[in-house]
Amino acid sequence: MTHPILILAVGNESRGDDALAPLLLRRLAEQVADGRVELLEEFQLQVEHVVDLAGRSAILFIDADVSCEAPFHFSAIGAAHDHSYTSHAMTPFALLHAYRQVYGADAPSCFLLRIRGHDFELGSGLSDAAAVNLEQATAKVREWLGDVAKTGWQAEASDA
Amino acid sequence: MSFELETAEHPENLRRVAIDPVSRVEGHGKVTLLLDDDNQVHQVRLHIVEFRGFEKFIQGRPYWEVPVMVQRLCGICPVSHHLAASKALDMIVGANRVTPTADKNRRLMHYGQILQSHALHFFHLSSPDLLFGFDSEAARRNIVAVAAAYPEIAKKGVLLRKYGQEVIRHTAGKRIHGTGSVPGGVNKSLSREERDLLLQDAYQMVVWSREAVHLVRKLFEQHLTMYNAFGRFQAHTMSLVRADGALDLYDGGLRVRGMDGDILFDHYDYRHYWDLIVEDTKPWSYMKFPYLRDLGPEQGWYRVGPLTRVANCDFIPTPLADMERREFLAFDAGRAAGATLGFHWARMIEMLHAAESIKDLLHDDDIMGSDLVVSGERSGRGVGVIEAPRGTLIHHYRVDENDLVIRANLIVSTTHNNQAMNEAIRQVARQYLNGREVTEGLLNHIEVAIRAFDPCLSCATHALGKMPLTVELHDSSGGIVSTLSRSGDGVFC
Repeated sequence: MTHPILILAVGNESRGDDALAPLLLRRLAEQVADGRVELLEEFQLQVEHVVDLAGRSAILFIDADVSCEAPFHFSAIGAAHDHSYTSHAMTPFALLHAYRQVYGADAPSCFLLRIRGHDFELGSGLSDAAAVNLEQATAKVREWLGDVAKTGWQAEASDA
Repeated sequence: MSFELETAEHPENLRRVAIDPVSRVEGHGKVTLLLDDDNQVHQVRLHIVEFRGFEKFIQGRPYWEVPVMVQRLCGICPVSHHLAASKALDMIVGANRVTPTADKNRRLMHYGQILQSHALHFFHLSSPDLLFGFDSEAARRNIVAVAAAYPEIAKKGVLLRKYGQEVIRHTAGKRIHGTGSVPGGVNKSLSREERDLLLQDAYQMVVWSREAVHLVRKLFEQHLTMYNAFGRFQAHTMSLVRADGALDLYDGGLRVRGMDGDILFDHYDYRHYWDLIVEDTKPWSYMKFPYLRDLGPEQGWYRVGPLTRVANCDFIPTPLADMERREFLAFDAGRAAGATLGFHWARMIEMLHAAESIKDLLHDDDIMGSDLVVSGERSGRGVGVIEAPRGTLIHHYRVDENDLVIRANLIVSTTHNNQAMNEAIRQVARQYLNGREVTEGLLNHIEVAIRAFDPCLSCATHALGKMPLTVELHDSSGGIVSTLSRSGDGVFC
């Protein structure tokens, strides 16, 4: 059965602060071992990820960000035709737009957590500033999971 | 040594147009054009502006970690690095021949990678240009617009890629950071349940892949003159072929053909690739320029990738793909097989071959065997070569007595194609830009030529807010005349 909640972390842990999302995911592993939350890690978002979004109650994208304010920015997001063809990677907004085109319906409720990163060099570890941001972002996700537990994940996942 | 249009004689008198970075290309690339006041093109260069330092990243690591960690070099083709590294390390552990179960599971993983990568490239990155036109409205040239105008094509693209990813997941053990291939073999084989699950959709993937081949053929038929001429140039070609001359994307010897189609080298033992290939450098790009040692830097550059492989082999060992190959080579008296846009047709033929091969391997009981790893006499040097989605990929390692990597050399497909891509964009600049006012649509023609190669400039860092595009137009005194910028989320300003 499809887990009702999906947390999709995007990043490459050998690229300095690009590891923020995968590291956060690992911290959650024990907390979500009850079959209601699926944790997925990817290098970058691609169009086939619309298949992973189907049948969920709520979805959280997590990614490192070089433009948001520290420590993080959290928001509900929707589909947007943002032309994110600037690389092989899609933005969450464009992915939701592609979902609508592929399935003919809006994607489930989606949220985006952008964690401020600073150094993205190949082979670098997590920067000190990013480590601080990671702590606060992890607390935010735990809080979000608590909120969703009260309201959202009792809903059964459906087949898209 | 310089090629035509590589270096202008008097750059100080010319205005500069930069496409920075090139869009829908993995990593950071930049194209610069030098134009005179009559918009005549004097210089065109594809620059790679990011130093990657992969080899240093690997040095000092225990060799058994390498197949896993090299996957982090690239978010687009991690499996290719995983397998090329594993093949190189087979030599280190003395595994001259891995078991049938290991060989077939690695091949299955590789075909999954080819299927998903080619589907991504065609449906996501290139079909917007091909379906809407190279100078169509920029806002339409993306997969979302394809999904709106051609929903069935877009949906098949999504599901083909998803299927390839599922093949990878079951053979590598995980969606990313897979550990399936190890020095000397594999650490898991496919279970019966996994085999049956993948078989459910295997035939559908063959059907859809063949439809994709026919879609590209139809596009060629509709725009025959332009498709054949666009960015056309002659090049030597290089790819792996099997001992009997068949297309083999996983193993074999190197075959090099000259510009006239004659075979210059055949079944060359890649374990001594340095006797065949030399890597040159240029001051304006971080990416090296390989050439054939016997022919020298001016004459010895070559092209790799799907177009090369499909034309270079004697046949494809799966029936539908071979039938499509024959039709491709015969089409318009063979001219499509030498066209830069022929890359797309050849890429879809390879995707069909991958789908057929996956289906065949899933019917082979060796895929579920238990004889996974072999070893033999330890060696200090290993070379692994595979045909990755974009072309020939070379991994070369030296390992010391403490099992640590002391030297690594990687020649990726995009590096092999460095000079060829520069030739293609110079040809496009001559054909479309000379004497004309520069527009975004015309600049996209340059990018279409680059994207035909599907270059992976490989950064795998994609954090939100990065990857802007800025086009600057300078006058002959160096002043900026106009600027067009696109932010990481695609907004123009």
